[in-house]
Amino acid sequence: MPRGLKLDTLLTLLVLLALAAAPLLGFGANHYMTLFARMMIFAAAALSLSFLVGGAGLASLGHAAAMGVGAYAVAILDAHRVTDMTTVLPVAILASALFSLLTGAIAVRTEGVNFIMITLAFGQMAFFTASSLSAYGGDDGYTLYDRTELLGSRLLESRLFFHYLCLGFLLFCWGMCAMLLASRFGRVLRATRENALRAQAVGFAPYPYRLLAYVIGGTLAGLAGVLFANASEFIAPAYMGWQRSGELIFMVILGGLGRLSGAILGAIVFVLLETWLPNITTHWKMIFGPILILAVIFMRGGLSGVLGARRG
Amino acid sequence: MSTGLFLVQVLNGLQLGILLFLVAAGLTLVFGVMDFINLAHGVQYMLGAYLGAALAAATGSFWLGLLLALPAALFFGLLLEVLIFRHLYDRDHLSQVLATFGVILFLNQAMKAIWGAAPLQVPVPALLEGGVVLMPGLQYPLYRIAVLIAGLLTGLGLWFLVERTRIGMLVRAGATNAAMVSALGVDIRRLFMLVFAFGAMLAGFAGVLAGPIFSVEPGMGDHVLILAFVVIVIGGIGSIRGAFIAALIIGVTDTLGKSLMPDLMRLFLDPSAARQTGAALASMLIYIAMAAILAFRPRGLFPAKGG
Repeated sequence: MPRGLKLDTLLTLLVLLALAAAPLLGFGANHYMTLFARMMIFAAAALSLSFLVGGAGLASLGHAAAMGVGAYAVAILDAHRVTDMTTVLPVAILASALFSLLTGAIAVRTEGVNFIMITLAFGQMAFFTASSLSAYGGDDGYTLYDRTELLGSRLLESRLFFHYLCLGFLLFCWGMCAMLLASRFGRVLRATRENALRAQAVGFAPYPYRLLAYVIGGTLAGLAGVLFANASEFIAPAYMGWQRSGELIFMVILGGLGRLSGAILGAIVFVLLETWLPNITTHWKMIFGPILILAVIFMRGGLSGVLGARRG
Repeated sequence: MSTGLFLVQVLNGLQLGILLFLVAAGLTLVFGVMDFINLAHGVQYMLGAYLGAALAAATGSFWLGLLLALPAALFFGLLLEVLIFRHLYDRDHLSQVLATFGVILFLNQAMKAIWGAAPLQVPVPALLEGGVVLMPGLQYPLYRIAVLIAGLLTGLGLWFLVERTRIGMLVRAGATNAAMVSALGVDIRRLFMLVFAFGAMLAGFAGVLAGPIFSVEPGMGDHVLILAFVVIVIGGIGSIRGAFIAALIIGVTDTLGKSLMPDLMRLFLDPSAARQTGAALASMLIYIAMAAILAFRPRGLFPAKGG
C-alpha cells in the first residue's frame, strides 16, 4: 500500500514541521514549551513501542520500565555528580539495552497473552527495584541537582535548545523505526509476526530477530527516558509501573497500530487530553476513561486510520 | 521472629490468599472461557467494598450491608458486561486491555467523586468482635478467622458448582474448547454472561469482607488485580483448583516475604534502608515466580485445557 505509506510519511513530516515552527510562531511561553517537550518525548517512546507491537507483534506491557531504566541512569549518575552527556548517554544506552536483552531473552520465547503477562512481571520487578533504591529516593523519587551537561556547557537548560534536542531525537527515532521496518530485517519481523511457522520453514529462526527488535525498542525507550528525566528534573518508581506502560499502549492504539505517524499523533493527543481535561474538572479521569473505551470500540484504525480514510 | 508472630503472619497470608482466590476465580473463568483479559475485574472488588461500606452505614448493620451489596455487585457486573465488555470479545488482547483500563480510570475516579479520596473505615460487626487465643499471650482477631472460614466455604461451594453440576460442566467444557461447546448447541454468550456476573459477585464479596480489615479507598482494586493475574497465570488459566492453590501460595509468600525480608536485609543494611529495600524485594518475589512459570511452564501449575 504505497499510498497509505506516503500518507503516513506526510502526516509525520507535517507534525514534525509544526513542532519545529511552534516556538517561532508565538508558542514560546514556558508552559507551551513544557507541553511540547512532554509530547515529543512520549511520541518517541510510543514510536519505539509501535515498532515492537506493529512490526514484530511484541505487545509489551512493560515498556515504561525500559524508559525508566534510562531515566534512572541519569538520576543515579547525578547522585554521584556525573552529569556530562558524554558519560550519561553511553551508560543509559548500555543500561537500557542490557535490561532489554536480559528480560527479552526470556520474554521473547513466549507469545500472545503470555508475552503481555511476562513483560508486566518484568516491569513490576523494575518498579520494585527502583523503590528499593533508598540511596536514590526510594519510593519518593529523586530530584536531579542539574540537567545533564553537554561537554561542560549547560545547553540543556535553554528551553529552545532542549526543544530542538527533543525534536531531533523524535526525528531520529522515527527515521530509525521507519528504516528498520522497511529493511530486510523488518520484513522478516513481519513474517514471523504473521506466521512464525512459515517464516521458520523458509529458513528464518524467529527468536534472534524478535530479540534484537525488543532490544532496539527498549534502547530507544531508554533514550527517551534520559530526555524525560531532564525535562521533569525528577524521576520516581511510578514512571516504571504498569499504569505508565498502559498509557504508552494507549498512545499507540489511539493513534493507530501499523502506522508510525499513529504513535506520534496518539502521544500528542494523550498529552493534550491529560493537560487540558484537568482544567475542566478535578475528576477528569471520569471523562478520560470513557474516551478510552469509546476510542477502542468505535475507532478501530485509530486516529491515523480515520484521517487516512477521509483523505485516501 | 517468634513462633507466635510467625503463626500470625501465616494466618494473615492465608487470609489474603482467600481474598485473592475469590477475586481470581471469576477472572480465571472469564479469561479461560472467553479468552477475554478483564483488567476491570479489580474494580469489582473495590465496588464491592464501597457498596458494602455504604450500605452497612445506611442500614446500620454489616450483615444487611453484605446481603444487599452482593446483588448490587452482581448487577454492576452485568451492566458493565452489557454496556462495554461484550463489544470486545472478538477484539485482540491489547484492545481489551486498553478498554478495561478505561473502566478502571472511570470507576476509581467515580469512587473518589462520590466518597472522597480519604479511606472509609468499616467497623467490625459486633458479633465478630474480639479475638481468639491462639497461644498463651497471643490473640488473633475473630473477624479475620471468620473471613478465612467464609472464604474456604465459598471455595468449597464453588468447587461443587464447577465440578458437580451441569452448569459447572458446561463452564469447564467452555474453558477447554469454547468453539466445540458452541457447536454442540450451548449458547456460549449466555453461559459467559452468567460466569461473568457470578465472578463479579465473588469479587464484590471479597471486597465486602476486606472492608473491615483493609482501608476502603479508590485504587484499592489495582493492587489486588495484578496479584490476581499473577495467581491465575501461576495456577493455570481457566483452572479453579489452580487458582485456589496459587492464591494461597501467593498470599502466604507475599505476607511472609514482607515481614521476613526487612529482617533479612538488616544483616546487610542499616535499619531504615533495610525496611525499604526489604519490602521492595519481598514484593518482587511473586513477580519472579510469575515470570519463571511463564518461561518454563507457560500453561501454569494446574492447566485447565487438555491436549
